[in-house]
Amino acid sequence: MIDREEVLHVARLARLALSEEEIEPMARELSAVLDHVAAIAELDLENVAPTSHVVEVTGRLRPDEPRPSWTREEILAAAPDANEDGFLVPSPQA
Amino acid sequence: MSSDLLELTAAQAAGRIAAGELSAAALFAFYRERAAADRAGGEDGLNCFTWVAEGAAADAPAGSLGGVPLAVKDLFCTRGVPSQSGSRILEGYEPPYTATAVERLREAGAPLLAKTNQDEFAMGSSNENSAYGPVRNPWDRSRVPGGSSGGSAAAVAAGLAPWALGTDTGGSIRQPAALCGIVGLKPTYGSVSRYGMIAFASSLDQAGPLTRDVRDAALMLAQMVGQDSCDATSLQFPGEIGVPSAERLDGVRLGVPAELSGEGIEAGVKEAFDRSLEQAAALGAELLDVSLPHAPHALSAYYVLAPAECSSNLARFDGVRYGIRAEGAADLLDMYTRTRHDGFGPEVKRRIMLGTYALSSGYYDAYYGRAQRVRTKIAEDFAAAFEQVDFILTPTAPTVAFALGEKTGDPLAMYLNDYCTVPMSLAGIPAISIPCGLSGGLPVGLQLAGAAFSENKLLDAAHALERALAFDGSPAHV
Repeated sequence: MIDREEVLHVARLARLALSEEEIEPMARELSAVLDHVAAIAELDLENVAPTSHVVEVTGRLRPDEPRPSWTREEILAAAPDANEDGFLVPSPQA
Repeated sequence: MSSDLLELTAAQAAGRIAAGELSAAALFAFYRERAAADRAGGEDGLNCFTWVAEGAAADAPAGSLGGVPLAVKDLFCTRGVPSQSGSRILEGYEPPYTATAVERLREAGAPLLAKTNQDEFAMGSSNENSAYGPVRNPWDRSRVPGGSSGGSAAAVAAGLAPWALGTDTGGSIRQPAALCGIVGLKPTYGSVSRYGMIAFASSLDQAGPLTRDVRDAALMLAQMVGQDSCDATSLQFPGEIGVPSAERLDGVRLGVPAELSGEGIEAGVKEAFDRSLEQAAALGAELLDVSLPHAPHALSAYYVLAPAECSSNLARFDGVRYGIRAEGAADLLDMYTRTRHDGFGPEVKRRIMLGTYALSSGYYDAYYGRAQRVRTKIAEDFAAAFEQVDFILTPTAPTVAFALGEKTGDPLAMYLNDYCTVPMSLAGIPAISIPCGLSGGLPVGLQLAGAAFSENKLLDAAHALERALAFDGSPAHV
């Protein structure tokens, strides 16, 4: 039900490169799971409100008080590539 | 001395330390040595750990936990200590801060002993999805420990740690606890801060204890709960978590849902479950049939909702700020896609794809929208059941521990491990797994679930049952 083109389309949306040998198994496995999941299409869910979260908390804000944040050095230390000013990445249009 | 230490539960060890009969440093050294030996053992070990402390923390442990060392699932951020969530994409990542749950336990006197192996980003039910190799089940090394908190469960069962911290999204504390013959508790959603837990599915992820017995679970949970300004979905637990002491179940109404205790449960598990029901009746409990009509659809809803949330949460792993980066990329987009290709394992890729598909234009209503409505129906089923009964009892997992490799080729077969645990996760209610017997020499778990914030009563009921069932899961026995 999911074909090769759909797999490649979704992979593009997910910013995920797939090797040639990953594509066909992915199509098969996604189809199998979606077939199983399709059972919920048979339920009568008319007038049922969706639950996105069991905790009903909206817009809880802490007091707007200044406090220390991480230092730049601490955060940049974990980056694969950085200089003292920020993260280094390849050019968007190489 | 050493076999004596191994026999102590965390509560007993804390008691001895408080009484001056045992030094916290000696206890830490004892477990550190055992954990380090497992880590050094490679193929001969259980592969429970991704990191083991070099020595005890310099500052002397204080607080009510007295210095009983704690093993922590890899996905909890721990300052200056590798926190990789079982993934290659975070290899070597050392966060600049520590998760709230870990910090609270440390302040209460449970120093960090080790980080435990897990399924990559907590996606899995066998621990075979770890980038750092599978964990073995101490009851039978050819079998899986369950997952995703497999390293935490196996370490506690084998006496490589007195207790451990895990996380549960659809059963990731309860199922490995069941397969390893220990106690595992998933608290009410929101009762423990998620700050510093590397996220899988944020509306479901919840931290909880994996321990040798019910009292230890209560002792650990008591120090974990509470609102946290760093997690806007955390809630203040009403009251305190006490020490469970019940020995009887007189007047307690236990509901057994046919939907989660019949079809699909293997015979040996069903037999152990039925024996547990007899024990519960003998303790004075009233057993009632209840119905959770939408529970059979919980797995379908879960495998839309959890991948959808994961596809969003894992978008942050792009090779820019932490972890690995693919070399030789042509441009920025190429770097993102190749880093994610190299860094994620097959199951994580599958779930990102599944979630992205379910959220994509044209499919959102059919999958994500419907799954959210099924979630509402499942929560309503539980609410109706809890008008008739105090707790719901089911087997924790449909099978005992299965062989390594047995289900890796069939994602759906693997997902079915979560059949009995996922409904409670979707409803956000607390559930505990306690060992209730053996089937073919392997542990079987019994799951008790209660209404939101019923942890004290739930732990009490579990304590009474634990005493009556008298399961011998001591590390020396394993």
